[in-house]
Amino acid sequence: MGIIKIKDLVFEYIRRDEEGNVEGITKAVDDVNLDIKQGDFVAILGHNGSGKSTLAKHMNAILYPSEGTVWVDGKNTMNEEDVWDIRQTAGMVFQNPDNQIIGQIVEEDVGFGPENMGVATKEIWERVEESLKAVGMYEFRKHSPNKLSGGQKQRVSIAGVIAMHPKCIILDEPTAMLDPKGRKEVIRAIRALNDVEKITVILITHYMEEVIYADKVYVMDKGKVTMQGTPKEVFSRVEELKELRLDVPQVTLLAHELRKEGFPIPQGILTKEDFREAILKCQEEF
Amino acid sequence: MLRDITLGQYYQTDSVIHRLDPRVKLAATIIFIISLFLFDGIAGYVVAAAFLVLVIKLSRVPFKFMVKGMKAIVFLLMITVVFNMFLTPGEPLVTLWKLKITKEGVKTAVTMAIRLVFLVIGSSVMTLTTTPNHLTDGMEKMMSPLKKIKLPVHEIAMMMSIALRFIPILMEETDKIMKAQIARGADFESGNLIKKAKSMVPLLVPLFISAFRRANDLAMAMEARCYRGGEHRTKMKPLHYERRDYIAYLVVIGYLIVGIAAGKIVGML
Repeated sequence: MGIIKIKDLVFEYIRRDEEGNVEGITKAVDDVNLDIKQGDFVAILGHNGSGKSTLAKHMNAILYPSEGTVWVDGKNTMNEEDVWDIRQTAGMVFQNPDNQIIGQIVEEDVGFGPENMGVATKEIWERVEESLKAVGMYEFRKHSPNKLSGGQKQRVSIAGVIAMHPKCIILDEPTAMLDPKGRKEVIRAIRALNDVEKITVILITHYMEEVIYADKVYVMDKGKVTMQGTPKEVFSRVEELKELRLDVPQVTLLAHELRKEGFPIPQGILTKEDFREAILKCQEEF
Repeated sequence: MLRDITLGQYYQTDSVIHRLDPRVKLAATIIFIISLFLFDGIAGYVVAAAFLVLVIKLSRVPFKFMVKGMKAIVFLLMITVVFNMFLTPGEPLVTLWKLKITKEGVKTAVTMAIRLVFLVIGSSVMTLTTTPNHLTDGMEKMMSPLKKIKLPVHEIAMMMSIALRFIPILMEETDKIMKAQIARGADFESGNLIKKAKSMVPLLVPLFISAFRRANDLAMAMEARCYRGGEHRTKMKPLHYERRDYIAYLVVIGYLIVGIAAGKIVGML
């Protein structure tokens, strides 16, 4: 069993009218099965309302399954006494950086998690230092979070989670409210965590460019997992992705169109480098 | 425009007073305020003034920042002085038509004015030399005995510090909503007071909604980071009394004794 295992998960929202009568039941997550290996970089893709955020909140015991089971590091999220262990094992970063920073100074915010866990004062300081360095925000430790840019705030939030020494980080659209520069900063920080610190990363996003480095991609639609595989495998299915209202990276799209026109370009091109090589190969053949 | 407002008026510099434990500063401020009402006669106020000057000098905060706080109470001060002057019965000094200024009246007016001014300056010294964060920490620690009577001390302190953190964010939000409304023709400037108050409604409704949404997000983020109240919680920056804090306590107690003694001695003469 991997770090996170989800079996037959269903989550239902009950819709009510103004008098509180049940109008209907919406299945936000519908029969999802996942098994995430320790150390992997996993991306979950989907457009708005596909249930990807709801799924993420199950991995941190914020929401509980209506049906099915979620295990985090072998612990069932339905067990109340394990909830705090689960939240420490699987840290969570949310979308809006302003609404998740608690401290009035960067270092105090990073220390918030360890404080809650009852870590000794001296160790809190060590953890704060190492996690701020890991996201490259150490020189801002004395600043007020209000004066930072969106990307910097989000990196502070990530540091706040790393300081709890989780085995796995779930990022729920961490870049949705950022400008392109901030987005790059955050993605670079996340990749470094996965490569250097060997923390399992689960990235939830609707930006395709962010998932090309993932080990495994899951695509969600209407609460169900509709596609899964390596980025190469998933992005080879351009037409299907289009049907799910998801954009593929521009290079991939270009390669796909050229292929349709009869050029001998392989499927699943993700980066400009790959594309360049493929084009050069074409030239040789002609 | 709204963004420029900062709550608290912390003045960043490094001084002995800045480095003191917030609990010392809180206690000293309370003792100082009590002393102002305890002291009687001019001798006590001379001692209080001397003490205040000494503390301000040590704090390295420019005097003009202390006076800034006075602006807010000028009106209150005037009313106090005028009413005390005219309405205290006693030996008349000057008579203007039906009003008379009495000797006792002048005495009370001056005492009240001195008390008010010292009170404001005394508490500004505290707010100018202590960050809001430190202040809430100090309050939490000072009030911790009240936990025994089930007062949620930690929760109160946490709420205060979260409120402080969100003031600038909500200010910015207000600014944004205001501009959005102005762009669509809303008018916040003209009209009388009632009309102005009414025009605030379309501003407050979206602000409240967004504040609740933020509160919901924040609560979730706090829970995700294992927050479960004050129990089993350690502190990143725990408060410790240092030698200088004990010395400060002694100085404050010394000040109280000297002030009372000075009043007694002058009274006996």
